[in-house]
Amino acid sequence: MEAGLESPVDEDGVHDSFSQLIAEQSQNGGPSDAFQLQQLQRHLDEEDRDNVAHLSSPGRDLRERRLRQRDVQWEDDERQGDPLLGERWSSATMRILSSMPSRTIGRSRGAIISQYYNRTMQLRRRRQSRPAIRDFSHSARPSIRGYGMEADSTDAEVSKRERLVNNLQNLSVSDRVRMLRAMPLNVAEKSELRRLALQKEKSTISGSQIPCCSQLKYYIIIGARQSWYSWLSFLHSLQLGQVALKRVSGRFGSGVLSYFLFLKTLLFFNLFLFLVTGVFLVLPQAVHPPVLPAGRASFSGLELLTGAGYFSDTVMYYGYYCNYTLGRSCMEADGGQNVSLPNGTRLDCVSENLTYNMPLAYFFTIGVSFFITCIILVYSMSKSFGQSFRIDKSHSILAMKVLSSWDFKVIKKTSVKLMSENICTQLKELLAEVNHKHVKNTRCQKLWRLMVHGLAWAICIASTTACVLAIYYFSGHMHQKQSSRSTIDPLLNEASLLALPVVVSLINLLLPGLFNLAAWMEDYDSPSVRTYVSIGRNLMLKVSVLGVLCYHWLGRVAADPKMIGLECWESFVGQELYRFLLMEFIFTLLDTLFGEFLWRLFSEKVLKRRRKPVFDIAKNVLELIYGQTLAWLGVLFTPLLPAVQLFKLLLLFYIKMSSVMMNCQSPRKPYRVSQMTTVFITLLCFPSFLGASVCVTYTMWSLTPSSSCGPFRELKTMFQAGKRWVEALEKDNPNLSVLARAHSYLVENPFFLFVGAGIFLIVIYFHSQVVDGQRKIIGLLQEQIQNEGEDKKFLITRLQSIHEQKRTPGRRLTSQDC
Amino acid sequence: MTNADSSSFRLHGRYRELAPHLVPLDYTNNPDIRVPPTLIVTMPELKENPFRDRIVETFSEDGHGNLSFNDFVDMFSALCETSPRELKTIYAFKIYDFNRDNFICKEDLKKTLNKLTKGELSPEEVLLVCDKSMEEADLDGDSKLSFSDFENMVSKAPDFLSNFHVRI
Repeated sequence: MEAGLESPVDEDGVHDSFSQLIAEQSQNGGPSDAFQLQQLQRHLDEEDRDNVAHLSSPGRDLRERRLRQRDVQWEDDERQGDPLLGERWSSATMRILSSMPSRTIGRSRGAIISQYYNRTMQLRRRRQSRPAIRDFSHSARPSIRGYGMEADSTDAEVSKRERLVNNLQNLSVSDRVRMLRAMPLNVAEKSELRRLALQKEKSTISGSQIPCCSQLKYYIIIGARQSWYSWLSFLHSLQLGQVALKRVSGRFGSGVLSYFLFLKTLLFFNLFLFLVTGVFLVLPQAVHPPVLPAGRASFSGLELLTGAGYFSDTVMYYGYYCNYTLGRSCMEADGGQNVSLPNGTRLDCVSENLTYNMPLAYFFTIGVSFFITCIILVYSMSKSFGQSFRIDKSHSILAMKVLSSWDFKVIKKTSVKLMSENICTQLKELLAEVNHKHVKNTRCQKLWRLMVHGLAWAICIASTTACVLAIYYFSGHMHQKQSSRSTIDPLLNEASLLALPVVVSLINLLLPGLFNLAAWMEDYDSPSVRTYVSIGRNLMLKVSVLGVLCYHWLGRVAADPKMIGLECWESFVGQELYRFLLMEFIFTLLDTLFGEFLWRLFSEKVLKRRRKPVFDIAKNVLELIYGQTLAWLGVLFTPLLPAVQLFKLLLLFYIKMSSVMMNCQSPRKPYRVSQMTTVFITLLCFPSFLGASVCVTYTMWSLTPSSSCGPFRELKTMFQAGKRWVEALEKDNPNLSVLARAHSYLVENPFFLFVGAGIFLIVIYFHSQVVDGQRKIIGLLQEQIQNEGEDKKFLITRLQSIHEQKRTPGRRLTSQDC
Repeated sequence: MTNADSSSFRLHGRYRELAPHLVPLDYTNNPDIRVPPTLIVTMPELKENPFRDRIVETFSEDGHGNLSFNDFVDMFSALCETSPRELKTIYAFKIYDFNRDNFICKEDLKKTLNKLTKGELSPEEVLLVCDKSMEEADLDGDSKLSFSDFENMVSKAPDFLSNFHVRI
């Protein structure tokens, strides 16, 4: 059978199964029923075959019973199953069927254009504001007031294409771009439509009378948009590892790719922080260096590891920053701004016009950068959540697996083979799940499983608690030793500072292995549950470790810095964070070396296994989150820490990339990429960023800054810098006293915080109720679709029966009634 | 827009290297050249894809897989990362519709499944999977997946957008 061409060029193309029939109909003048039925029967053979297969599936029972009840009404006992199949249609019915809208979606260009004409019409109606009543005469009837009517030309002969172009022109630019992008048309045709739409727009603009200021605004907007696009294309052309990403996705698929994309996201966060702190803090202070105390240590190589020594009096740490206004003449003395000069020597004053209030800048830079990071994080988290969360908890898992689980990015032959094996296994598992009845465990088995789970959790919690206590006592011990140490070799002194970071990194490296053993012992049925449990345990470990460290720094060191002979506890905490970050990086490198590279050599040469080690995505992402938490904790104390983190992430990107390509294979377990990405962004926002900002807020609000270093010396808390400024403003300009009083009331009274949180919770509650309502509506709509399907079948059979009755009034076809 | 220009230039380079004797360097007078599908599926991005023939056929104007340069650009712009969801859904539906009747019937599902698993499943399992999938996804009860059934099912699959993406 020669199939009719179904290219979009073929305007009048219909479904190819009808074309032969219609051709034959037109050939034969008066068809004889028998001949026609024969043709149809031959044609419909394959559908009959379908029918048999379709009957054998057990799930259809209910529907068949319902249909059977209806069939009884039609007095048709022999028809079973779907009445639309195996039916003998006349060609007239077939012709009608072939031009049903549902069969012509996306088929011919004309159909696409009319479909999009309808869509643009709907969009215009939605977007257009209703014309005001006063614009119409009093006597106008509502129907001709033009509500929802478009002021188009009513030329009856205008073709559908011109109508579409008209609609496009009347939409806003963003809507037009979106509509054009979504059209399944040829590129040439789309550019033609775009050109026509713009052409009309240009002619109307030049024709009409636009006042000059809005024309100017129009040009400014166009210019801004063009420059934004060229900036974006420049960024894209930089190709930050695009080639490498393509290789990884080609070989490992979307799962491992998501790790590298997460790394890139963190890179951008750190870049933003670095730019902000660099421009507002580091640069001004570097340009106006303060007078440094004598006795600075010389550079020895150990500084790169410990961050102390030569680095401690550089722009890297909190202690270097001045607490006065830079660039101001020293004749002026301002309330609250002390010019701290060592030994009363005169500053080399340069009376410039540019002044820069360092304490205020420090306070606001940290505050504003945290606020902006919070907003960006919450926005990306909600966007990712929206993509992966589905309101309707549906059960179409098998269909989804068949039709949307093939990863088109994978191009390497072995990976493709692996992926198809994975899909095969998953389909078998899903079939088993769907088919079998749920195996009921006996009570004994249930108890046994409960015991095993309880034991595994007990092991994990006990080991975590043991490690946390170990860190607590060890840090206390080092703290004591620090205080009692005086004049031993300073190099050894510095090296001993590395002990705590090394211990913590060792714990972070070894304990997840223990958790994996426990999970292997538990033997979970569902791999996603296993992943979530493993993430939960690792998270618990890292949160408790960070918690005890924060207590050590903010509770012990900051509370009594004099005990260990510290002049400047903030710089010390900054140095600690630097050390921790660096040690974490070194241990990650060691883990990559031993865990991936050497393990692969070992398993290939010694164990003679062909399988390479699997890249554990969850573990690596949690490590990234841990490092980022340290960086966020340290920004207050070490403004250059984001730069260190940036450098470290760049190195990590390329090292991990080469290690993965050389040593690993893709994970065998099914990995739900978008769900995992949502989980990781949520973890980045909630425990990580929230914890860091709580610590920083606590430091700024309650802790006393050291009195001899940093931009907040002489103040009771860091927060007072803002207060002092407002007071100074008030003194300068008494009109602002209202503002100052409002500010102090708002910020210091916790009542407003409670009210704000209460309103926030109420809004969340309302939104969750809306989601519930939408879920119910979805259920109702699905019922409605089913009913429409039944209606369609009914109408078609009636149409057929009426047509046959009309054509052969004498012949009584059984089982058809009027 | 410079981004479109640079990627268009890159795509032209890739198109040309498939058939350097057929494709001219200069496209200013829009010559009517079509590269046959046997050459197009040798591209590394498509070579190992089990659906490569269907992809090439879907984007060709004549339905047999001969792609002109415009069709080539169409294909990669529909499959790119920033392509809108509706467009990807439409083309995915066309790709999986093997007999091109605007419905994904059981035969189409069977063929899709066989291409996915490369014959690893037994025939009874294939039949069972097709039946169950049809049951799950067919909303209006005609035992075929129309475009709206497919769209509804795919909108619930959160990985569809990231999976239906070819990097070039």
